[in-house]
Amino acid sequence: MKVSLFLTCLADVVYPASVGQSTVEVLERLGCEVDFPKKQTCCGQPAFNSGFHRESKEVAQHMIRTFEHAEYVVSPSGSCVSMLKEYPHLFADDPEWADRASQLADKSYELTQFIVEVLKVEDVGAELEANVTYHTSCHMTRLLGVREAPMKLLANVKGLKFTELPNKQQCCGFGGTFSVKMVPISEQMVNEKVEHIEETNADVLIGADLGCLMNIGGRIERQGKPVKVMHIAEVLNSQGS
Amino acid sequence: MGVRIGSEKFFDRVDKGINNEFMRKAVVEAQTRLEGRKTKTQEEMGNWEDWRDLSEEIRQHTLDNLDYYLEQFAENVAKQGGHVYFAESAEEANDYITNVVKKKNAKNIIKSKSMVTEEIGMNEALEGTGCNVVESDLGEWILQLDDHDPPSHIVVPALHKNKEQIRETFHEKRQYSNSSDPNELALFAREQLRKDFLSAEVGITGCNFAVAESGSVSLVTNEGNARLATTLPETQITVMGMERIVPTWKELDILVSMLCRSAVGQKLTSYITGLTAVKEEGDVDGPEEFHVVIVDNGRSKILGTKYQSALQCIRCAACINVCPVYRHVGGHSYGSIYPGPIGAVLTPLLDGYEDHKELPYASSLCAACTEACPVKIPLHELLVEHRKDIVEKTGKIGFAEKMAMKGYAKAASNPNLYKMGTNMAPSYIKSIAKSEEDGKGKGVGPVKLWTNIRDLPESGGSSFRKWFENRNKGGDQ
Repeated sequence: MKVSLFLTCLADVVYPASVGQSTVEVLERLGCEVDFPKKQTCCGQPAFNSGFHRESKEVAQHMIRTFEHAEYVVSPSGSCVSMLKEYPHLFADDPEWADRASQLADKSYELTQFIVEVLKVEDVGAELEANVTYHTSCHMTRLLGVREAPMKLLANVKGLKFTELPNKQQCCGFGGTFSVKMVPISEQMVNEKVEHIEETNADVLIGADLGCLMNIGGRIERQGKPVKVMHIAEVLNSQGS
Repeated sequence: MGVRIGSEKFFDRVDKGINNEFMRKAVVEAQTRLEGRKTKTQEEMGNWEDWRDLSEEIRQHTLDNLDYYLEQFAENVAKQGGHVYFAESAEEANDYITNVVKKKNAKNIIKSKSMVTEEIGMNEALEGTGCNVVESDLGEWILQLDDHDPPSHIVVPALHKNKEQIRETFHEKRQYSNSSDPNELALFAREQLRKDFLSAEVGITGCNFAVAESGSVSLVTNEGNARLATTLPETQITVMGMERIVPTWKELDILVSMLCRSAVGQKLTSYITGLTAVKEEGDVDGPEEFHVVIVDNGRSKILGTKYQSALQCIRCAACINVCPVYRHVGGHSYGSIYPGPIGAVLTPLLDGYEDHKELPYASSLCAACTEACPVKIPLHELLVEHRKDIVEKTGKIGFAEKMAMKGYAKAASNPNLYKMGTNMAPSYIKSIAKSEEDGKGKGVGPVKLWTNIRDLPESGGSSFRKWFENRNKGGDQ
C-alpha cells in the first residue's frame, strides 16, 4: 500500500528526526511504501485557530496541491489531521477548492488510526520495557474521534507497564497560540497535567501529538522532573534491547 | 448589574482567580462532583448521543420558527388573563417591570433565580425606585447579602464561597451566631426568607422554558423557592430571554430531562413547576395578576447569523463544569455574568468586543465544552468564529500578530521560504531552548512567552529530511 507521509511542521522543524523516522519504519514494517512529498509544510492550524482564515486558506491550498497525488496521507498527529479535515469547511464558498479539499480530507489518517482501521493491525511487534502512561490529546479524541486505536496498539507492545493517567480527558494547556497568548492559564493547566503524570509513577509519558508533548515535555524539563516524553510512533518502533 | 461585572482588566482578573486558592479548590471539587454525576445519569438514560441529536433538533427548530412560537405563547397567555410585554432592550424591560410594581404600590419583592434579570440589571432598577428586592435562591441570597457579590457560575452562583465565609456573611449582615454547619446555615436562611416570602407583594421569576401551546411557564429548582415566589404574592412577573421557549409539553419533557441531568446529574430536580395563567375561582393559590416580560436585549441580532446556535443554550452549565480554563481561573475572571465557554461565546455577542475582546481567546479549543453540551452547540467553533471576526472586522489585532500571521502564511505556502526557515531553526532553537539562569525565558515575543515557563527540545530541527533523502536516494519522490 502506498502511503504519503505528512510529517507536520513540529516534527519537521522543532523535533529530532526520530518521530518521522519511526513513523516511516513502522509503516514500512507493516508493508507500506512510504513517500515523503518534499514541498509539504504545515497544516495551517496556527492561522486558522487565530482567526486568520485568509492566511490559513493560502496554506491549505498549498497542502492540497502537495498531496493531490497521494493514495493515503498518514500523519503522526491527530490535531494536524483534524485540521486537514477542516479544509472542506474552510472552502465552503468555493466549490472547486471544497471538492479538492474533501478529497484530501477523506484520504487522511492519523498514524494509529491508519494502522488499526486501514491496515487492520493491532500488534506491530514492538517491545519496550518501561512504566508508561498515555496522554489522550483533545483534538485526536474529540475532533478526529480517535480514542481506541492508540490504546489497542499500546496494549500489544511487549514490556510496557501501563498506568492510566488521572483526568486523562483534560487538556494539557497547549492549544497552539493559546500557550503563548494565555500563558498564566496555560501554565496552570500544564502544571496540573504534570502533577497527574507524577501520580502514575510512570517513567515515560506517551502521546500522539507533538504539540501536547512539546508543552508537557517542556514543562517537565523546566521543572527538572525525571519523566521522559515519547511520541507513540517511537514506542511502536521500539524493538526492545 | 448588566452583562459586565467589575472594571478590572482581563489579565488582572485572571491573576486574582489563579491566586485564589480556596476558589480553585472549590471549583475542582464542584467540577469533579457535577461531571461525575452527569456521566452517571447519562449512562442510566442510555443512547445519550441520540438524545443530544433530538435536543439539538428541538432547539434548532424552535429558533428557526421563533416568531411563530412566541406569538402562539403570547396569545395563549393573553387568552388566559395574563399580560405579555416584548422588551427590545434592558431599559424597556426594566421600565415595564418597575411600572407594574409601581401600579401595585408594591415595595417588597421576592425573586427566584434568574440569569436574565441579572443580565438586564433588574434588581438595581427596582431598588432605584425604593423597592426591597430579595433573592430567594439560597446561593443568590448569600451573594446578595454579601454586598451583591456577582455570581461565578450560572447554576451554582456562590460556588466560590465556603461555609465559613457564608457564616461570616450571615453573622455580619444578620447577626447570625450559630455554627458553620450547612444544616444550621440553611435553617437560618429559611427563617429569614420566610418573612420575606410572606410580606412580598410581587414575585419575580426567571423562566427555564415557556410552553407555546399552553402559554405556560416552567421553572426548575431544587429548593422550592420558585413555588413560594409564585404562589404567595398577589402579582407574578416572569422575565424570560426570548429564546427560552418550547413548542409543546412533549419537547419540554425532553429538554427538562436533559437540563437536570446535564446541570446537576439528577434525573429531575426536586421541583419542576409548570404555571399557567392567573388564579381562577376555586384555586387555592397562584397570582391574581400575571406578567411575562420577553427580553430581546441583543438576541434577535444573533438570530440568522453564524452564531445562532449559541441561542440553543438551556443554561445547564455542563460546558463550564468540564472547562479546564474555568477550572483554574474561576467565574469572575470572565468579567461577565455568563462565565465559561458559553459565556465566552455569548458575552461579546450581547455586550460587544470592546470590554470582552480577550474572552474568545480564553480557550485552548480543547472542545470539552462542545462534547459536553446537551444541545450540541459547537462552542469551540463559535470561539474561532469570534476570533475570525475580531481579525477581519474589528481591527483589534496587534500589528506584530498580524505581521507574524502573514509571514507564517507566506512561509507555509512557499516551500523555498519554508526550507530557509527550517534550515535556520535548529541553531536558533538550541540557543533559546533552556531558560536563563534566573529561570526566565530567552528570545523575544511569543518565543519568550513560551520559554518563560517551558523548555524546547534542544536537539531538534530539520534532520528528518536529510535522513529520508539519504536512505531513499533514487527512490520515489
